[in-house]
Amino acid sequence: MNKSRAKSSGARTKPAVGGKRSSSSSVKTSRKAARKTGVASAKGSKPGKKQDVLLLVGTMKGAFLLRSDESRKKWRVDGPHFRGEAVYALMHDTRGGRSRTFAATNSMHWGPTIRSSDDFGATWTVPPRHTLKFPADSGRALAQIWQIAPGRATEPDVIYAGVEPSALFESRDGGETWKANEGLLNHEHQPRWQPGGGGLCLHTIVLDPANSKRMLVAMSTGGVYRSDDGGKSWRARNVGVRTQFLPDKYPEFGQCVHKVVQHPSRPGRLFLQNHWGLYRSDDWGDTWQDIANGVPSDFGFAMQMHPHEPETVYIVPIEADMFRATPEAKMRVYRTKNAGLKWEPLTKGLPQSGAYENVLRDALAADSFDSPGIYFGTRSGKLYGSSDAGATWKEIADGLPPIVCVKTGMVGAS
Amino acid sequence: MIKVELPNVFCSYPNATPLVVVEGSCRTVAEALSAVGTKSPGALDRIMDERGDVRRHVNVFMNGENIRFLSGVNTPVPKDATILVIAAVSGG
Repeated sequence: MNKSRAKSSGARTKPAVGGKRSSSSSVKTSRKAARKTGVASAKGSKPGKKQDVLLLVGTMKGAFLLRSDESRKKWRVDGPHFRGEAVYALMHDTRGGRSRTFAATNSMHWGPTIRSSDDFGATWTVPPRHTLKFPADSGRALAQIWQIAPGRATEPDVIYAGVEPSALFESRDGGETWKANEGLLNHEHQPRWQPGGGGLCLHTIVLDPANSKRMLVAMSTGGVYRSDDGGKSWRARNVGVRTQFLPDKYPEFGQCVHKVVQHPSRPGRLFLQNHWGLYRSDDWGDTWQDIANGVPSDFGFAMQMHPHEPETVYIVPIEADMFRATPEAKMRVYRTKNAGLKWEPLTKGLPQSGAYENVLRDALAADSFDSPGIYFGTRSGKLYGSSDAGATWKEIADGLPPIVCVKTGMVGAS
Repeated sequence: MIKVELPNVFCSYPNATPLVVVEGSCRTVAEALSAVGTKSPGALDRIMDERGDVRRHVNVFMNGENIRFLSGVNTPVPKDATILVIAAVSGG
């Protein structure tokens, strides 16, 4: 524990500050969980050791932390944490021997910050200062933190954050201090990036696990940018990605990219959900090919890789930008098992009538059990999960505030 | 002497108290808030963004008048003024 973290720990708060907990049992559960420190990072990292999955759910009015064993039949629900604050980004970090949950909280009154917990939400840090700040001479002010992403496994103290207005922040001390990436901050394209419906946000951060100089970000609008020199310079990588809303349908930049995903075993292959358009790149984003084969709409936000199969990707098609609801009022997740040659609907257990739902860009997630769990949350506050890679689904929770973020973490079984 | 009254919620930040007394005089509201920030930078972060603008859903009253209807953070501060920082009408 470093100095500033020790200092902040004296000002930790209990979960669900200033209000009731969801249940008294959840408190006991959370503290019981906190005593368990056996952390395993992913499938196969500790053979034979049982693991639980943490389901981190960010909503417009706080965060909920759920936990289950591998059966994923029963979930312990704890929350809301940060009552009344929007939580657009969550991340559970198991690198470097830690088991730390990060939450990007945004008070409508007092602004955005990042808080963390080492005890599954029993206590959270209260940062004395807002740690993510634009340089004074940038003329910009932080509006929202859209993404918290771990650095490479070999760099356990490196964490990235994507923010609004679009910028990339980096911490090299485990989240204590942050600095804006100047290559993007001063990019010549920056003045022409325009906000989408959710704001001008950098929401996606993809690293090359083998090449520490290469990383990729995506923003709405602006599109995809890649750096091959450790973040010093960035080039737009949008060849083949369409912009329906500009006179030039294939500009160098300006695309409204909603999400990009990558499987770590094949990092040069990327999948992209666009504001109209589904794409795949096999050359680290140099070129993109249309893969909208058999989907009811190629508009959508969320996209998620299968944890073990680099050809398998999940999406949730949305009817249109002008009508952001699931097509035909059917709640369907679509999956490709062959890198986009064909997509199939996954519907068993999901409502197939009257479902005018929307699933936002970070609200679709997977765990890394052998039979992986796939999870998504809707803007109407429903949380669904599958423990068989999407073959069948169950409702985990209903009546939550609008869900903006669903993430997972693997931890030692409690 | 200038009195600056802060929301109780700020008490969780280091060195923040509901009432900050700024000895001497301040020419503007910005100077008075800056003096608050000297004592409790965390409190100032919650009132103003990194551009020095009062956050959208925070209201600052100088002797009972919202500074948005005066001269913003450049509003002159008379001797013995009281400045109130209050959460605006909004919430989540």
